[in-house]
Amino acid sequence: MNIDRRSFLKLAALGLLAVAAKPAFDLISRPSAARALEGPFAGKRLAMVVDLNACTAGDGCVDCIAACHSVHNVPDIGNTKEEIKWLWEVDYKRAFPDQENGFVSEPLLDSRVLVLCNHCDNPPCVKVCPTQATWKREDGIVMMDYHRCIGCRYCMAACPYGSRSFNWRDPRPYIDIIQQGYPTRTRGVVEKCNFCEERLSDGLQPACVEACSSGALKFGDLKPGTELYDLISSQFNLRRKAELGTRPQVYYLL
Amino acid sequence: MYDKGKIIGGLAVFLCLASFPVWYMAASGKADYSPDPVLPVSENLCVESAQYMKEYHMQLMQQWRDQAVRQGDSIYVSSDNRTFDINLTGTCLKCHTNKADFCDRCHNYTGTAPNCWDCHNVPPANAPPQVTK
Repeated sequence: MNIDRRSFLKLAALGLLAVAAKPAFDLISRPSAARALEGPFAGKRLAMVVDLNACTAGDGCVDCIAACHSVHNVPDIGNTKEEIKWLWEVDYKRAFPDQENGFVSEPLLDSRVLVLCNHCDNPPCVKVCPTQATWKREDGIVMMDYHRCIGCRYCMAACPYGSRSFNWRDPRPYIDIIQQGYPTRTRGVVEKCNFCEERLSDGLQPACVEACSSGALKFGDLKPGTELYDLISSQFNLRRKAELGTRPQVYYLL
Repeated sequence: MYDKGKIIGGLAVFLCLASFPVWYMAASGKADYSPDPVLPVSENLCVESAQYMKEYHMQLMQQWRDQAVRQGDSIYVSSDNRTFDINLTGTCLKCHTNKADFCDRCHNYTGTAPNCWDCHNVPPANAPPQVTK
């Protein structure tokens, strides 16, 4: 067979193109959002609403905190340096330090505000985690995989809400009654609120919402048409440090 | 060769000492010791076949871990289409009620120290195997 250099090169190039066509086509035609649309969490944006008018935290009610910490085996270590917090309360000024309006109504200023992980839409803790031990699920829950956490505490540094706690010691001796339904943690891992994902998968509401007798806590999917959406689209509400761009998903009704 | 006797004698002593664990175990009858974990009497079939569980329970548990935690899917479908809730404390230990007589026996024998129980709970009773009626 007689073939000159020029036609050989042309044929070789055509051959290469033919071989590369299929993978290239697959790459281009793959719908990029396809993965996000599958799975059990698809199409949801879970969020929580805390109604500060209804909440009785200022009167000493700690039902939600007690329920949360009991269900999740959160230890009570007894000193603030090592304390583990999933759900707790702080003064209004500490919760919303960015609210620099000249006058805030006296009862509001004196109120205690329930705070927890905000399950941000743009979570800074997830970005810094070197092992992907924390990640955002498609329904918006910022999850922790304790198996994978190496205790570097980058996430604690990144979280602007102080929502994460580190286990400096074995928590088990500091848990009153260990609930068999949920594991404890161990020394050297970071933990935080998980929006009760283990209860949600059983069709239950989060423990704090269930324990609240004043109806101050509401939880659910945040999409137009839902109760939660109507609530926050019709009333003035705040999110903690929203100016940081983390897009927190715990909404406070004033 | 100088000091032939000392060298060969020394080597013989060394070999005796180095192989001591082997022949001592063989002589004392401990060499054929097997850990013999206590199996539940209430059930006779695990999530998968016993042979598979013996060989691959660690891989299966890692698969359970990833499926439940990372994918949020806590239902395991076994190879013969039975479904199980993925839960170490609730499912595995429901039948294997005594961790010390089941898990620990083989793990101690093989010198492995899995850290599952640092977080996962062992039911406090640690009751002896239930007797079927």
